[in-house]
Amino acid sequence: MSSTTTTDHAAEIDRHVRVYLTVFASLMVLTLVTVGISRLHFPVPIAVTVALLVATVKGSLVACYFMHLISEKRLIIAILALTVFFFIALVALPVITVSNGFWIHG
Amino acid sequence: MSEQAVVTHAPHAAHEAHHEELGFWRKYVFSLDHKVIGIQYGVTGLLFLFFGFSLMMLMRWQLAYPGAALPLIGRIVGEARMPGGTIVPEFYNELGAMHGTIMVFLGVVPLAVGGFGNFVLPLQIGAPDMAFPRLNMASYWFFFLGGMTMLASFTAPGGAAQSGWTSYAPLSVIAGSGQTWWLIGMIFLITSSLLGAINFITTTIQLRAKGLTFMRFPFFVWAQFVTSFLLLLAFPPLEAAGVMQLMDRVAGTSFFLPSGLVVSGQVIQRAGGGNPLLWQHLFWFLAHPEVYVLILPAMGIVAEVIANNTRKPLWGYRTMVYSVIFLGFMSFIVWAHHMFMTGMGTAMATFFQTTTMIISIPSVAILTSLIISLWGGSIRFNTPMLFALAFLPMFGIGGLTGLPLGLNVADIPLHDTYYVIAHFHYVVAPGTIFALFAGIYYWFPKATGRKMNEMLGAIHFAGSFVCMNVIFMPMFLVGLAGVSRRLFDGGATYSFSQPVLHLNVVSSWGAWTLALFQIPFIFNFFWSIWKGEKTDANPWQATTMEWAAPSPPPHGNFLEVPEAHRGPYEYSVSGAARDFVMQSEA
Amino acid sequence: MDIPYTVEVRRDTGLINGKIGIWLFLASEVMLFGALFASYILIRTGSPNWPRGDTMLDVRLATFNTLVLISSSVTMVMAWASLMRHRFETFRMYMGATILLGFVFLVVKYFEYSAHIHEGALPSSNNFLAIYYTLTGLHMLHVAGGMAVNAYFWGPGAKLWKTNPEWFTNRVEHSGLFWHFVDLVWIFLFPTLYLL
Repeated sequence: MSSTTTTDHAAEIDRHVRVYLTVFASLMVLTLVTVGISRLHFPVPIAVTVALLVATVKGSLVACYFMHLISEKRLIIAILALTVFFFIALVALPVITVSNGFWIHG
Repeated sequence: MSEQAVVTHAPHAAHEAHHEELGFWRKYVFSLDHKVIGIQYGVTGLLFLFFGFSLMMLMRWQLAYPGAALPLIGRIVGEARMPGGTIVPEFYNELGAMHGTIMVFLGVVPLAVGGFGNFVLPLQIGAPDMAFPRLNMASYWFFFLGGMTMLASFTAPGGAAQSGWTSYAPLSVIAGSGQTWWLIGMIFLITSSLLGAINFITTTIQLRAKGLTFMRFPFFVWAQFVTSFLLLLAFPPLEAAGVMQLMDRVAGTSFFLPSGLVVSGQVIQRAGGGNPLLWQHLFWFLAHPEVYVLILPAMGIVAEVIANNTRKPLWGYRTMVYSVIFLGFMSFIVWAHHMFMTGMGTAMATFFQTTTMIISIPSVAILTSLIISLWGGSIRFNTPMLFALAFLPMFGIGGLTGLPLGLNVADIPLHDTYYVIAHFHYVVAPGTIFALFAGIYYWFPKATGRKMNEMLGAIHFAGSFVCMNVIFMPMFLVGLAGVSRRLFDGGATYSFSQPVLHLNVVSSWGAWTLALFQIPFIFNFFWSIWKGEKTDANPWQATTMEWAAPSPPPHGNFLEVPEAHRGPYEYSVSGAARDFVMQSEA
Repeated sequence: MDIPYTVEVRRDTGLINGKIGIWLFLASEVMLFGALFASYILIRTGSPNWPRGDTMLDVRLATFNTLVLISSSVTMVMAWASLMRHRFETFRMYMGATILLGFVFLVVKYFEYSAHIHEGALPSSNNFLAIYYTLTGLHMLHVAGGMAVNAYFWGPGAKLWKTNPEWFTNRVEHSGLFWHFVDLVWIFLFPTLYLL
């Protein structure tokens, strides 16, 4: 919801509230799901993938609906896309560089 | 300074402002006005620049005359650091680490971004102030706190930080308490920059005048805009790294400490399992974009001064804009060219070498555009222009000498030698700092209503230009001979240094003479505030919007809300009454 | 002197200043926590035997905390929605709940930390604990900060509702964005530290 005048939005807000409650329920369920899956002790690579996937779904729900990104202006999306690109570079490049290099683990 | 409004009530209709006469503290110390804050940043930045320069002048004594006693200053500094007036290695390292830290984080960036950005940006986009004035004030005071913390660190037992401005682990983790102060100081400074970046970006997007589209921005605005993104997104990893180094130092963690680390012949009793390379990655993730933070505002200033003093539009404006955006973007993925010698594999070395070579393209595009902009111009050789012109070849030398450093194999003999020092000083010293001088002489009339003296300016310029080259050109030779940086005796103990050692003396005398040539500038700066030739709103006959405001601008900047009717560099337009048409002229 | 677009949107961007400001701040926070995640990955992949989270930490407490934080995110957005519906008292109720839930989160973490410290599981003990304390500690600081801002809007700052309800609503929305971000970070922290 953009920050325009707050008059006459009652019905629209009611719809949004239904969405919030649905997202809330989904988040609770997904939390229990991810804890349940972790109990199965999958091999690390699979466990990591599944856990991060679930977390990404949960995070996306929070971002899109609680933070209203799904209806946000392009400028904000663009800034965040740029940020995500650099986030990926930051998370990936150091570990790839160190693995590719010669560092005797201590 | 004129009256200021106290914004506590709900906003009234657009043109109705509630003015109250503010006391001294609210007007000059805790001001919300971007112009006052800009001047605060500028003056504080200049003071730190001179202090950082003084630290280097002391180092240069040791480098020119290793082991020799320095009479007066030795006694002031004290027996612990200068017993009998000779500099001990630990003090040399303290001077080196703090010189770098102060110049970069307390001098250049606050002046270039905090000073010029704050003062000029809102005026150039026709805005009444920054989007978040209180945040702006907070930014300055965080910077001030950070600066005071850094200064106070000299009083720590064992001295200030002395592990290089790069604070590499594990040395920085086991170093004395001064390093902890450094980390705390950096956290304040990073906070200041983050808040400032948020302000600049929001202001540029939202508060630009009607008709001022992005492609009508003065290049200076683009430069500051991209710089702000670099600060916003690159600084946080260093903040995280700083917290982790603090944890290592204070909470006994081993983020950066490998297992089995031996210090003074003993294995240290720590959990280990950490990785010093992690510090390097996080540090350089910031520090590479940081060097573009150092150069971009300078390019912005030079662009303004050149357009104004050639009486022609900038050549290749669009190219310059796309280049500066591309440059900002690429700056985030080149950082490990600072780490070629850390045992990097060939695949990743190739990756970083390639991105580094690519990033030189927009740099060259910008420099070339600025040079071509001179062609066919009616060049006016005033003091701002002298500095702006000198910037071009100096940045050219700095940039070109960076190329072998960015190539993984060529970097092998050059890494960590004086060649590197010469390279980056050419870019920052006769590069950025010259651009900052140009900016001071150029915008001084806008801030004060008076011009600085041209004769003193010319002396300042000529002396500085010669001295900068005397200091740094020989360093390329010293580095090529193999002399490492950060050697407390300048390489005196190595046989391969002997043929080039005399060049250390040359550089030192260059540095001390450079200091002398700053005297006309310092005198000029203060004298002109009271006695300089009075000017009107537009003494340089410039086109950009800041020159439509009075000199100095009142609170709220413009007497009437400005509107942009054309591009930023309408000089020598055929058929126009004068050789320039202002951007905001109806 | 008034700064434009504090309350009314600028037509070509469709945004007010505060909205851009808070998202820029959140972008910087993404990079901050990103650096810590990058560190976690680098240290963990460089370690010969990294303990599984549930062998070192209390998963039930943390699961409870996760549900607490998610709930506080809902109450936060409901607080803002109440303001959009001009129901100030409902806003106060939801905002109060948000602050309370935040407080519960902090209390649980206090118990978690105390238990660890009591057993001698300190940041200096090994790198798992080092990164655990640093990540959750920094996250806690953000929770506390968010709570402080929310408490301001629940308490003294609520005066603004009477003089400029739209500005107040927007500021609550922006504060909410920060709070949701804190929740979002925890959504990733929780599995990373406790379950893997």
